Order: sequence, then structure tokens, then C-alpha cells
Amino acid sequence: MTNTVIFALKALGREARAGELKILFAAIVVAVAAITAVAFFTSRVSDVFMQQADEVLAADLRLESGRPLDGNNRYTGQAQRLGLRIAHTVSFSTVLFNGENSQLTNIVGVSDRYPLRGALRIATDLEGVGVPTTALPQPGEAWADTRILSQLRVPLGASIHVGSLSVKITRVLAYRPDQGAMFSVLAPTLLLAENDIPNTHLLLEGSRATWTLLYAGAAPEISEFKAWLRNNKSAAERLVVVSESNAQLQKTLESSTRFLQLASLSTLLLAAIAVALTARRYSQRQMSTIALMKSLGASQWFVLRVTALQLFMTAFAGAAVGIGFGWVAQNALVWLLQDLIPNSIPPARLAIAGLGLAVALITLLGFALPPLLRLRNTPPARVLRETMEPAPLSNVANYSLPLLAFSGVSYLLVRDWMLIGYALCGLLIVAVIFGLAGALVVRVTAGVRGVAGVAWRYGISNIGRRGGESIVHIAAFGLGFTALLLLSVVRGELLNDWQHSFPSDTPNHFLFNISEIQIKPLNQLLASSRVVLPTYMPWVRARLVAINGVTMQKRPRELTERGRAFVEREQNLSWSLKLPQDNQVTAGEWWNEHSPSFPQVSVATEFKDELGLQLNDVLTFDVAGEIVNAPVTSIRKVRWDGFRPNFFLVFPPRVLDAMTGTFVTSLFVSQEGRKTLSQVARSFPNITVLDVGKIIDQIRVLMERAALAVQYVFVFTVLAGVMVLLSALEGSRDARLYEAAIVRALGASRRTLLTAVAVEFSVIGALAGLLASSAAAVAGWLIATKLLGIAYHFSGTLWIYGAGGGGLVVGLIGLLATRSVVSSPPSMALRDH
Amino acid sequence: MKLAKVNGTHSALVERTVVTVLEARKVSKQVSSPEGVLTILHDISIAMNRGDSIAVVGASGAGKSTLLAILAGLDTPSSGQVWLDGQKITGLDEDGRAAVRSRSVGFVFQAFHLVQSLTALENVMLPLELTAVLGAKDKARAALVAVGLGARADHYPSQLSGGEQQRVAIARAFVNKPVILFADEPTGNLDSATGAKIADLLFSLNEAANTTLVLVTHDRSLAQRCKRLIELDSGCLLSDSGLP
Repeated sequence: MTNTVIFALKALGREARAGELKILFAAIVVAVAAITAVAFFTSRVSDVFMQQADEVLAADLRLESGRPLDGNNRYTGQAQRLGLRIAHTVSFSTVLFNGENSQLTNIVGVSDRYPLRGALRIATDLEGVGVPTTALPQPGEAWADTRILSQLRVPLGASIHVGSLSVKITRVLAYRPDQGAMFSVLAPTLLLAENDIPNTHLLLEGSRATWTLLYAGAAPEISEFKAWLRNNKSAAERLVVVSESNAQLQKTLESSTRFLQLASLSTLLLAAIAVALTARRYSQRQMSTIALMKSLGASQWFVLRVTALQLFMTAFAGAAVGIGFGWVAQNALVWLLQDLIPNSIPPARLAIAGLGLAVALITLLGFALPPLLRLRNTPPARVLRETMEPAPLSNVANYSLPLLAFSGVSYLLVRDWMLIGYALCGLLIVAVIFGLAGALVVRVTAGVRGVAGVAWRYGISNIGRRGGESIVHIAAFGLGFTALLLLSVVRGELLNDWQHSFPSDTPNHFLFNISEIQIKPLNQLLASSRVVLPTYMPWVRARLVAINGVTMQKRPRELTERGRAFVEREQNLSWSLKLPQDNQVTAGEWWNEHSPSFPQVSVATEFKDELGLQLNDVLTFDVAGEIVNAPVTSIRKVRWDGFRPNFFLVFPPRVLDAMTGTFVTSLFVSQEGRKTLSQVARSFPNITVLDVGKIIDQIRVLMERAALAVQYVFVFTVLAGVMVLLSALEGSRDARLYEAAIVRALGASRRTLLTAVAVEFSVIGALAGLLASSAAAVAGWLIATKLLGIAYHFSGTLWIYGAGGGGLVVGLIGLLATRSVVSSPPSMALRDH
Repeated sequence: MKLAKVNGTHSALVERTVVTVLEARKVSKQVSSPEGVLTILHDISIAMNRGDSIAVVGASGAGKSTLLAILAGLDTPSSGQVWLDGQKITGLDEDGRAAVRSRSVGFVFQAFHLVQSLTALENVMLPLELTAVLGAKDKARAALVAVGLGARADHYPSQLSGGEQQRVAIARAFVNKPVILFADEPTGNLDSATGAKIADLLFSLNEAANTTLVLVTHDRSLAQRCKRLIELDSGCLLSDSGLP
């Protein structure tokens, strides 16, 4: 055995000088780097969720409501009897201003003892690392998220106005356990002492805010209290369990990591093709050496062991380097997706390195072993007759091993057979389409080779002559380019198309929490600033308690998550005489001033569909303790992206007017008119101003970051495509050397040959780019028309980017890779041949 | 006939006694072809003694290379038996035959068959490394010195002339002191002057090491330098000058 190892090591050292092992090594590096980068990253993200899962409530139990809780201290009394610790918070959104600068902020007022689980982390300067603390902001103090400070351009230690209250920002709030996730991206937190909240005068009756009670204690008491609370809480109060709290962000991250995993799978597939091509070439070239070794007395077993050892050593080396690159690359992913990830992300799990090694080994075993297994059977008599070859492996070994290996690695990565099935089928279909399209363009180019000079003719004829190889190149690069074009050019075009689909005076600001008496002075203020006066929609919060007299608890219908939210959470009811803009009645009839005055309700199609409603079904609402029964008299289709306040449930006037509600409106404010909004905020501190444009910008940044992350992983796919190109080039190296020698012997200059090579690969790249542009355009058109409902404008620039970029990239790589072929003296090539 | 194995401890006198190192009995080889079954060798029976030099001649397609492959255990006959260095190799599987080759056989080929990625020294070390012989490097270097290439040990095949490459191949063939050396057109790829030098080297080393030399060649003058001449025609043994 030692002899085998020494021999294999020596042989590997010698063979490393040859091209194939270098490409095999590079292909493994690319595959392992892509996969470990994504795996390191996803492990860190899932770790951060695991870490936070037990402190995400900042308590063991959490009760939330849209109204102040436990006015009669019943809950507190019960909790105290059970020896539980209690804290409370109130939170709401408002826009903070500092001169012209504004920031939508989540104001959180906290009581003593907050948080009951986990710890706040604070810093004393903007760049500082958050350190855990048990302290809390004192009255008159505030702790602010860094984004508040940077957006409002206020230094630490300065004072800002929160409604009528002036507070001094004394600390940077780096983390709070119950910060949730997605929303905190849009609205950073300002932490205040709970006692300061009334002094802001921002919370009026009916204002949108969340009051929370937090409980912590020993498990049996907590579970007893939970049971008690379920029976005693009102329907409008919500018990929050861990799994719900971060569900949305987790879901978003899960889908983006799935996407990253799929991107890394496509890299793996291309790298595996490169491995298979290289291994085939390697085994072909090794055949004579193996025959010689066997003629000198080497046994089949010896040959197999040496080959396998060389393979493993290459895998280990490739995996080690690939894991290193993967580790570096995942830091870039974390940076790209930093807005989606909590600040304190734990380091990557080292165990992922094992995954990298497994990927390298399985890929090599699956894709390189079949041709190498065949080597074992090389007849030693080949030393006398070069034409003698080992018997080909059975189709089962040839195809099942790669398929098994790819499925195995995919499963290691995504653990979802269904997804792997879809991915495999999808990749196969795309590969077949690209292959067929590639075959077609290869045929077409063969016909145009006569139109240019000798270098062009030679270059283009090469594409047709190495038809199979050219098709593989076109398909491999086409795949990578499609993803890159879709994520860069098409995505940008779609976003622009979507934004341009709105008229220029589309409302860009929402105003919430307007009380009835504020409408008149607000209108005066807006009129003085020449802002078009908006329509105000009133609204109250209510709970759907029954449909046709059957309470929601008793309804057997299985509901989707959204349907459950309609039933379990408070709904916003509005009323209007006129059918609001962006609404269209699809069934029943809208009321008018002559309609009989009885409670009735118009529901949006989404609400109808989720709850399976029909016209004339009677809905029962609990509006602040008052029961309202209303039949469904119309169904509305609502255009939600018109940036106007719209409601699922609308009543006619005079039904809910008596209930205390607030008004909401949306208006268009030009860049010049933005001062008006500061005036609104100062004159009416309770009114929340939401800058839609800014939120869209923030979402756009998030989308761009996510797309950039996926694009970044697809760069590995293109690198794997380069490996396929290099491996195929290595396969045709001898033939190219010989042909180049003949052409040069006939008098062609080096320059002519280089031009021919540049033509051959640029045309291949341009063709791959053209196909990729077409595929990306089709995908873009599908997304635009089917998902976004906007018209897609096919733009020629996509094809220019695709063909130009593809031609340039592949042309350069091809030129670099074959430079030595063109440069080697023709005499040597002819003699060796 | 009883086959005797040469024992390295015997005196030179004993070693020079007649010892059969290779015997083929009724060896035939058929292969299937699109035109049907093709007989390449037909009932060949020969025996070779230690120290013999035998030339196998015949026209192209006479079956020379096939006979050499079967005698060396590189290929198997369709029928008949072959004994090599006291071992019946026709009863052995491929690995068994490989083991016999590693112990007892050396090769020199028309196309040299040097491993291009190995230096001259590494090429000569190859058979020794395969059998894990100690001091492979020194022995290989000595073998290169013996063929006059001591100074070119670290050169790659591509840096050597055809004659030099064949001398490396000869050094490789003799380095593990084989009982029998098979040479397939050893001068076929060389000009006549270089070919003559290579032939001189081959015969002198054969003489010095008392190895049996089996030479397949087209070259009548080279064949004449052998003690014995076997002529094949269409797979049949046409003449054998060694037969009584």
C-alpha cells in the first residue's frame, strides 16, 4: 500500500504539470467555492435565527393588542400570583424630523425589567460594537438605531422632538431581542422610557399602536398562565408564540437562500461537466502510459489504486482551496445582504468545510470515475498496437454514476427531493433547448464562412467542424449568461417599466392618524402650499366574529395563512358614499344617497375569496364592543398599487360614523413641496407621514442587494462555464496543435491564426450571448405580463449586451487558453504527431 | 520436457547451461472481424533458451506482433499454452501475467513508449518503482550510464533525439535484469546509422546479461545478427533455423 501511495504521489506530482489535472483541480475549486460560499452563508443565517428563537419575544409569553391592555390589572394580578415577572411596552410608527431630513421611526416605550429574556445591546458611538446592557433609557432620554442618527443627521448627545416631547439621544441601540426583522429595516427603532410616551401626545384615541404585555417565569407556571390567558383574554388580544414572530423574514430569507442554492447547483452541474470532460481526456491520454505500466508488470488493482489515489488527492487539494475561496466569498454575501440580516451574525460553521470536501469527492467519484474505471481494463498489448482500447463501460455505469452523484450532492445541499427534481428537469430542458438552438446556429454559421478572409473562414469553419464541442460551449455559457442578463439588465428594465407605469402625480405620501377635527386646518395648510386637496377615508378597527351567524371558531373551512389573518386579526373598516377611486364593482351593487339606510358592506375580492363569501352573506363585526351585522351587497376589485388608501371592507355612511375612528389619506407632494410635510408634522404631531417613495427606494435597494447576491453566485456559474471551455479545449488540444502546425507550415502567420482563434471563440460567445438574451427577454416578458401585469418593452440593448459581452468574454478566454497552441513551433507539433 | 528456472545464485558456468525460458505449444489466435473469424496465428510451437537471440521475421500482417504479445503475456492465445520463466502464463489472469512480466520480462518498442511527463531517469525507474525495489534511483542511474546517457538523466523525452529515447527505453528494459527481452522493431523509427548503434547496444547488453532476446523486425540485416531466425507467413511458422 505504501508503495502505491508513494507511486501515486510521485505520478501526481509529474502529472500536475499536464493541463488536465490543473483544469480538474480548478473545476473542483469553483464548484466547492460556490457551494461552500452559499452553505457558509446560509448556516450563519440559520444560526442567527436559532440563537434568537428563544429570545425573539423578549419574554416567555407575549400578549399584544391594538388597544391599551389590562386596564383593571386582572392579568397582572394572576401573573403575580403565579410568581411571573412582568414588563410592558407600547410601540407605534411616526416620522421624526430634523430640518428637512425625515425618518419613519418605530417608537418603542418600555417599562422597567424590559426585556425579560435576552438583552439590549448598546454602543456609545455610531461605529461601536453593541455590548449587552441591563440598563434602560431614563425619562428624557432616547436610544436610537444608527439609521435614525444618520438619516436625520443628528449626533449622539443631541436632542430631537418626538411629538411634543424633546428627548436627548444618549446611546446607539444596536439590538433589541424583539426587534422583529423586516419592518425594522424600513422603520428603525427609537427606544424611550414608557412614562415618556404620554408626553409625546402622539397617541390619541384610535391611533394605530401596539400595546404589549411580557411575561417570564418557570415553564409550568408559564404554561398554566398561558392556558388561563387563552380563556380570559378578549378576542382582540393576541398571544404571540415564537414561531410566528420572525416567520416573515425567515420565509424571505429561506426563499432567497433557496435561490442561492439553485444558483450554486447550476455551478456544480457545469463544473461537473468540466470534470467529466477533463477526466475523459485525462484517461484517454493516460491509456498509453497505463498500457506501458501494465506491460512492465503493474496489476489492474495497482492501476486502479493509483488512479483513485490521484483522484482523491486532487479532490482534497481542490476542496481545501475551494473551501478557502468559499469562506472569503461568503463574507461578501453577508455584506451584500446585510440589510436583511440582523447585525450580530455568528461566525460560519466549520462543519461546512466537510460539506465542501464531500461535494468534491462525490463530484469526482460520479463524474471522473467512469472514464477512469475504464483505464483499469486497458489492454497491455496497446504498447504494440495503439488502436487497442479498453472495452467501453456499460451505459448504466456511464450515466447512473453522474446522475447519482449530482442528485446526492444536490440533496446534501437543499434536502428537498421535489426541488431537486424540478431543478434537474428545468436544467435538462434548458440545456436541451440551448443545445438544439446551439446546433442550429452552428449550422447557420457554417454557411457564412465564405464571406470573409482566410482567418474568418478558418475560425468559423472550426465552429462547425467541432460541432459537438461548440454546442456544449454555447449551452454552458448560454446558461450562465441568461441568469446574469436576467438579474442585471432585464431586472433593471422591469423596475423602470413598473415605475413608469404610474402617472407622475401618483400619490407619494400617506397621512395616517388624522382626527376629524384636524381635517379642516390640515386642508388649509395644504391649500396654502398649493397641494391638491386629497380625499380622506375614515376607518375604525373591528373584528370579524361571525359569518351568517356562525362564529369564526366553529367554521369548518380550512383557511390559508392570509385567510386566518383576516379572521384572527382586527380589520380596518371604512365608509364612503362614493365608490373609491381604483375600485370596480364586479358583483352586486354599490349604494347611493337613495339607498335604504341599513348596515351593509362591500368586500374586496381577496377577502371574498379567502373566506369563501358570497353576496348576501351576513358578516358580524365587533367594533369596540358594539356588534354590527351587515350583509355583503357588493364585491369590489381593487387596484392596490395606485398608492391610495383602500380597504377590504367598506360600509355606507351613517353606519359606523358614531365610532371613534381616524382618517387616512394619500397625496402627491413634489420635491419642492416637501417643506409642507415638515409643517404638517410640526402642526399635527399625532399625524404619521409615510413617504412611499422612500419606502419604494428602500425596497428597491433591498431587491437590488438580493439580486446582486444571486448574480454574484451566478458569476461562479460563468466561471464553471469557463472550466467547461478550458476542459473541452484541452480535449482538442492535440488536434488544434497539429492543425495549427499544418496551417503555419503552409505559410499562415501567427497573427492569422490568432485572429482565427479569436473569431472562433468570439462567435461562440456572441451566439451564446444572443441565445441568453433571447431567453432572458422571454423570462422578462413572462414576469412583466404574468406577475407584474405591465407591458414589457423588448429593448435591443439586451441583445447588444448579451452578444457583445459574450463575444468579448469567451473570445478573450479562448484566445488566452489557445495562445500556446498557436505559438508552439510547427516543426515540433508535426514531429510529435 | 522439464523446464528449469535460472537461479541467480548459480555460477556463471551453470547459467550458461541450456535452460528453456520460453515455450509456446500449439498457440493459435483468432479474432472476429466484419468478414468473419480471422486466424492470425495458427498452431505455433516454439521454445527459447536462456541467452538465445531470436529474430521473428515476416511480412506485414504475418502475425509477428501478435506472437510477441502472446509470448510476453500481453495478450492471450485463443488456444495453446505458453510457459514463461517456468510459469504457465496461459493459465494466469491478467494480474498474474503482469506479475510474471514485472519479474522476468523487459520490452523495447518501435515507438520507444517513454512517458512524456517523466525525465529519462524517472522513466528508467518506473519498472523498479512498480515492484518497490530498493535503491531504484541508483540502479536507474547506473542503467542510464550503461547506455551512455548518464549526462541526460534529467532530460525529458521531448528533449532527446530518437536514438537517445530508444537508449533510455533499452536502459529501462534492462534495469530489472529480465530473463527475457522482447524488442518490437527497435530500430524501425531510427535512421540506419543510429539504428545500427542501437542494435549494437542491444546485442552487447544481451550478451553481458545473458538475457534471451526476442526481436521482431522487418530488417533482414538486423535479423541476421541473431543466433536463430523464425519466419512467419500468414500466421504459420514457415521456418525456424533453430530447429534440428
